[in-house]
Amino acid sequence: MAQASEKYVLRLADNILILGQRLGEWCGHGPVLEQDIALTNIALDLIGQSRMLYQYAAEIRNDGSTEDDLAMKRDVFDYYNCLLVEQPNGDWGKTIVRQFFFDTYHYYLQEFLVNSSDQRLSEIARKSFKEVAYHAQYSAEWVIRLGDGTEESHQRVQSSVNDLWTFTGELFTPDELDREMQEQGIGPDLDVIAANWNKKVNEILEIATLQIPEETFMQSGGKQGEHGEYLGFILAELQFMQRAYPDMKW
Amino acid sequence: MSKEEILNMEARFERYVAEENKVEPKDWMPEKYRKTLIRQISQHAHSEVVGMLPEANWISRAPSLRRKVALLAKVQDEAGHGLYLYSAAETLGADRQQLVEDLLSGKAKYSSIFNYPTPTWADMGAIGWLVDGAAIANQVMLCRTSYGPYARAMVKICKEESFHQRQGYEIMMALAAGTPAQKKMAQDALNRWWWPSLMMFGPTDDHSPNSAQSMKWRIKRKSNDELRQEFIDKTVPQAEFIGLSIPDPDLKWNAERGHYDFGEINWDEFYNVIAGNGKCNRERLAARNKAHDEGKWVREAANAYAEKQRVRQQKQTSAA
Repeated sequence: MAQASEKYVLRLADNILILGQRLGEWCGHGPVLEQDIALTNIALDLIGQSRMLYQYAAEIRNDGSTEDDLAMKRDVFDYYNCLLVEQPNGDWGKTIVRQFFFDTYHYYLQEFLVNSSDQRLSEIARKSFKEVAYHAQYSAEWVIRLGDGTEESHQRVQSSVNDLWTFTGELFTPDELDREMQEQGIGPDLDVIAANWNKKVNEILEIATLQIPEETFMQSGGKQGEHGEYLGFILAELQFMQRAYPDMKW
Repeated sequence: MSKEEILNMEARFERYVAEENKVEPKDWMPEKYRKTLIRQISQHAHSEVVGMLPEANWISRAPSLRRKVALLAKVQDEAGHGLYLYSAAETLGADRQQLVEDLLSGKAKYSSIFNYPTPTWADMGAIGWLVDGAAIANQVMLCRTSYGPYARAMVKICKEESFHQRQGYEIMMALAAGTPAQKKMAQDALNRWWWPSLMMFGPTDDHSPNSAQSMKWRIKRKSNDELRQEFIDKTVPQAEFIGLSIPDPDLKWNAERGHYDFGEINWDEFYNVIAGNGKCNRERLAARNKAHDEGKWVREAANAYAEKQRVRQQKQTSAA
């Protein structure tokens, strides 16, 4: 039976833990109470999903590691999240655009993983898919609202689209591990995900009266552990307790 | 209405609530009853919203994923409580926007307890156990308050708060049963939160001028001192059970009264924090203002978009 590699599962888990960590920063600081709740809810879903994946990765590793060991005791170069999710929240619009780019990718990825040849990944995707579909709908609706809202909101959100576009290429650029997972029917063909993603993103940005940026250089490296400077600070908070009080029960 | 008619109405109203009837939004009520409730419910709503901050402070640093998820969910519940309570205040004719403005300008109050800082993880345990515990004592009473929408909001809120309290106690329990470093952290948090939690019930009965009227209207059903005593009697054994000590040398069981006797509360500190001199008063209000100011363009965009959609739909309907 097909089984994903530990590294592949960590990629999936790290993406949503780091994004959840970022979204958690909004808690108590949202533009209006209802949206504070909505964003916290997404953070909650994502971190909840990441726990299932870390538990699975820990089982694959099979050396007594726990979900928290994996989530909180690695250094920057051993995290495999894409660069998009570690980008700072910025204003509400930037958070929404980051979320929309990621959610749309996450939606098509999960849609594939529901039928992954790795049974565990398939089960986890089944449990997560409804949530992920809701996230994608929520962030798309907000992109439209902000893009087609006021002149100020339009400008702000367009500039976030421009800023974050450079981090979207990485999502669809397969490396050896992606190809290996695809061959085994564990992971998707990223070209297919890219085509779906582009179609959806074009459609939503058009409704939102926003422009797709011109040809942009695409950053990469996150999923191989080559990060920018932000991740270290995220980890400093994420790992603080596990580092200051090692090997204790909470 | 003549003055005499109003007095008659007020007398009838008092009989009505004394007979344990619920007051509903469309019922006649004395203007002062309405104002008292709006003040109390909106203060409660503000407390939920400001109360998110000291705990949200630890979301990024929670020691395990399980605790992180639980804390996120808890803070989210508080935001939800804020929403129900603003809605309850709106049934009395208050405007949520105005209530929020009053909080941001410093005109409206919120529970002073949230002006204390949360420097360690154990504060997440202490807040759940003690602060939510004290809040529940008050809120269980409010489930039977005379104003229907408030009482019903409280029933829902109480269920979630009890869950939070257990969760907080469980955090403390894990710390108290842990390493010496963890136990020290737990004791330190108890030392800092014990007295402020007792202050949450408000001044002693002989210094609580509005209480009598609220009791008469069945808004309040127990006095500050009664509620405080209930809380102490319930909490002391919980501390003993996990091996933490209450920071009050005068605390001892009084068999004759059937209650714990306790030491003098430092009311100077209480009034000082209310006056704005707590460690975090400025930060809390600044954080709320910052969120509100930075969210302005988002709220405007949402309104503008909703308006555009309305016009588009209208055009579609008239075209058809």
